[in-house]
Amino acid sequence: MPIDVYLNVAVGGVLTGLVYGLMALGLSVIFGVVRVVNFAHGEMMSIAMYLAVVLFSAFHLDPLIMMVPIAAVLFVFGYALQSGLINPFITRPEHSQFLLLVALAIIIVNVLLIIFGPDARTVQTAYAFDSFQLGPLLVDAAKVYAGAAAIVIAALLFAFFRFTLIGTAIRACADNYTGALVVGLNVNRLYALTFGIGAACVGAAGAMMTLIVDVTPTIGPTYTLLAFVIVITGGLGSMPGALIGGILIGLTEALAGLLFTPSAKSMFAFGILVVVLLFRPQGILGKRPA
Amino acid sequence: MTRTFMPTTRRRLLAGAAVTAATIAAPAIVRAQSGPLKVGVLLPRSGFEAGIGQDCQRGVAIAPAIFKSMGLPELTIMDGDTESSVETARARAAKMISDGAQCLVGAFDSGQTLAIAQVAEQNGVPLIVNIAAAPQLTEQGYKFVFRNFPTAGMILGDAFNNQKEVFGAVGHAPKTVVFMHVNDTFGTAMSKGINALMPKFNMPYTIAEEIAYDPAARDLSVEVAKAKAAAPDGLLVVSRLNDAMLITRELVKQRWTPQTILSMGPGWYEDEYFKTLGKLSDGPLSFVPWYDPNKKLAQQLEAALAKAYPGVNLNTNHVFTFEALLVAADAYKRAGSTDPKKLAEAIRTTNIADNVSIGTGIAFNAKGQNDKVKDGAIQNRGGKPVVIAPQAAANAKPEWPLQPYQDRG
Amino acid sequence: MAALLTRLTDGAPRRAVILLGILFATLVVAPWLVSDYLVTVLILILYLAYCGQAWNIMMGFTGQLSLGHGIYVGLGAYVAAVLFTRYGVGPWFGLLAAMPVAAACGAVIGFLAFRFGVTGVYFAILTIAFAEFARIGFDHLGIVNAAAGLFLPVAQYAHNDLWRLRGSPTMFYYVILAATLCAFILCRLLITSRIGYFWLAIREDEEAARAAGIDTFRYKIYAVTISAAVTSFAGVFYAFFYNNLFPEQVFNISQSIQIILGPVIGGVGTLFGPLLGAFVLTGLAESLNSALTAFGIDLPGAEQVFYGMCLLFVVVALPEGIWPWLARALGVTERVR
Repeated sequence: MPIDVYLNVAVGGVLTGLVYGLMALGLSVIFGVVRVVNFAHGEMMSIAMYLAVVLFSAFHLDPLIMMVPIAAVLFVFGYALQSGLINPFITRPEHSQFLLLVALAIIIVNVLLIIFGPDARTVQTAYAFDSFQLGPLLVDAAKVYAGAAAIVIAALLFAFFRFTLIGTAIRACADNYTGALVVGLNVNRLYALTFGIGAACVGAAGAMMTLIVDVTPTIGPTYTLLAFVIVITGGLGSMPGALIGGILIGLTEALAGLLFTPSAKSMFAFGILVVVLLFRPQGILGKRPA
Repeated sequence: MTRTFMPTTRRRLLAGAAVTAATIAAPAIVRAQSGPLKVGVLLPRSGFEAGIGQDCQRGVAIAPAIFKSMGLPELTIMDGDTESSVETARARAAKMISDGAQCLVGAFDSGQTLAIAQVAEQNGVPLIVNIAAAPQLTEQGYKFVFRNFPTAGMILGDAFNNQKEVFGAVGHAPKTVVFMHVNDTFGTAMSKGINALMPKFNMPYTIAEEIAYDPAARDLSVEVAKAKAAAPDGLLVVSRLNDAMLITRELVKQRWTPQTILSMGPGWYEDEYFKTLGKLSDGPLSFVPWYDPNKKLAQQLEAALAKAYPGVNLNTNHVFTFEALLVAADAYKRAGSTDPKKLAEAIRTTNIADNVSIGTGIAFNAKGQNDKVKDGAIQNRGGKPVVIAPQAAANAKPEWPLQPYQDRG
Repeated sequence: MAALLTRLTDGAPRRAVILLGILFATLVVAPWLVSDYLVTVLILILYLAYCGQAWNIMMGFTGQLSLGHGIYVGLGAYVAAVLFTRYGVGPWFGLLAAMPVAAACGAVIGFLAFRFGVTGVYFAILTIAFAEFARIGFDHLGIVNAAAGLFLPVAQYAHNDLWRLRGSPTMFYYVILAATLCAFILCRLLITSRIGYFWLAIREDEEAARAAGIDTFRYKIYAVTISAAVTSFAGVFYAFFYNNLFPEQVFNISQSIQIILGPVIGGVGTLFGPLLGAFVLTGLAESLNSALTAFGIDLPGAEQVFYGMCLLFVVVALPEGIWPWLARALGVTERVR
């Protein structure tokens, strides 16, 4: 195959990976700090995607702009969810957490089915079919915008956690729960805040995802699994890690699809997951547990 | 932590006793009762096949009025949801029979339909399959299972013949194609079938490459890039609605329009495809079981659908679900009784020439299969599918080649 | 026989043993008393109870959370189905072949995980990864007909052929009832034996167990292997009851989730939890279905929403599961010293 096919596919894989990374970013924050196994992650994203679809058909606003209000709505949702429902489960065994979130996922999926029906919905922006031509490269326009937005949001998030007081407080909770309590941090409120931020990330990712993918009520689980693979590969609690994990998975899947059978390309993602879990469980950029 | 050993509970016992008592007290199932025939319709109305199940349901909704105008007896329809799962399908079928259903219709998905078929056969209740292509359904030697839908092999054979007819009509044929198919039950079965049957039909094209993709694929850019790299004349596809839209979008983005798109499955003619893609939806050919627009009943069905669900085009889901109920009503009229065994005998001797789908009508062979049903070839034109083959059922002429996507406004 | 019975009932309150006997007797005569539909429901319940019991060995007794248990069901189903369709080997011999395969798979997963210190939620995700791997892999495996599905020939229902597992639902009911009883007895034997106590020690505090001299690695592998082998029978049953297998459905994560719902709702680590959980969940689903039909509400998805809400309620209100609460309320628990 000519080299530009490989190049095109690789570039596409990287861009798609960036958006996956943004979705996983939310999980990295939630899992890394609050230590809750959020198996309703993909479903939360599908809520965001439906919001985007509804807002688009009502106001014809571009999803990249709607990203902000959608993220805000998801933030409130996440905050309420954490402080109302999930908080007591942080100290409970994983299977309880898992079941709680599975129950939530079932409810979300079927409420969406009732409200929106089973047909695929999509957001048709003016640039939905555009592509840029750079020499031999044909790059999907929507993916470029989504990828760029992903990088911007990840950078903002990183700055938030690094340079703000609240961000530092949250990192403190993640690093040392008891210590945080001892110095007087309101851990419950910070956890709720973190869950909200994670949910907001998912919201933004969902808004962007509608540019690339159509939404049906049942797309959640695939993305939940994908998010876990990316987060573990990239490193728990590390924001650049989530993006890098996303890029790695996106690239691998793309190239695997090109070189082997596309229908088996997910196997590579799971293969990477197994290898990471066995040999470097903290992920590429994660910190080795003390 | 207390460890509990030989446990059991009084409450469980009571619950068990209550269930037992309730069932004994309930009136025994009287199968052959007076009153309209009870038909249980099982479709995947939730779960991942919900879109198709709910579409089939539309065919059920508009049937009663049409039956009345035809002088057919009234049916009592019991709606059931298989939840896109084999276990639920089986349990619901058992429940419907337990609630007095004398006939079953369903269920779109081959796996779920097989599970229902077993229950139907065991209870001596006829099952009329509306849509399911797995050949095994009518190869098990069942006496109570009837299918008014082509098997995968029949679909392929007709597709190849129709393709040759279309190529003849336009005077062109692709020399090479890339075969893209979704890697699920239907897609894989079609793939095997195509590889087995194609040599027998002397098709003018060869398959340059076969690309199978994941049914849950979020993005088909790699697959389309691979297809584009092989530079074929045409694209042969077996896909679902989502993939059809994804593939088309990728074709536009990657700036490649093949001479033709030959689809041997659903997706490319569905309402959502037209609505979402607008002008970009014109051109692809689908070779699928379809209705004959020249038949009176088809026109009646189309009108009823347009009235009840404006904006929804008549398609395979509606047609075959309607026809399954038609078979039930017709058999009921001839049998004159609601006894499931008599009904099954009546169904076996069905002979409906004035039906909706393409072909000479509805009749079942010894295995319970309608081997007279034929597929059609349809082409997307102006936001609607038109029938271009076979000649007898056509209402438009085929157009060739596909207008390049970049030139469409 | 008497010794076995003594061993099984030793330590349990007398009242509990009697009630259990009555329950068992009721289940045995159930098919004569209830409709075919309810027999089908009971088969579903017992199937889930059986799987849950098998899963419980790994999680409830040893504390290893497996979220990909569907892989053992799938392996069991496919091995037996392929042997039957291609070589005419009956299901019971198929089971003899399926168990070692599933056990080996479990051993490999366990070995990899425990050797590299993968525990807790990471172990759970590892099991999901393997199950997904199997799903996609089988979707491409020619010998099982890949994604097109493997269909078992369904010959007849006229008479019950126990040897080939072809027959009426009532026959299948007794098969799964017997299997559930055996699983129950097996779990009771395991939990009151040396290996059971080691497992409990590992579950409660692995470090301390190791410090006390228990070879935790070895015993965890035992748990995984036994659990996998026991689960594989469920797969064989599934294959011969439903007569069609699709990798997409058999290895699906929703199968794995179904398996663990029972024990978690009923009570992880308890002997009775899986059975109670299976009854409650299936009973709930079917009751919701009946209720919605009775009220004339025809809204696809509504039943699942209520189901999810009930699950949510149970998980929040009864964190240990229903059984411990129920046992305490009824006074059938073992007296705590």
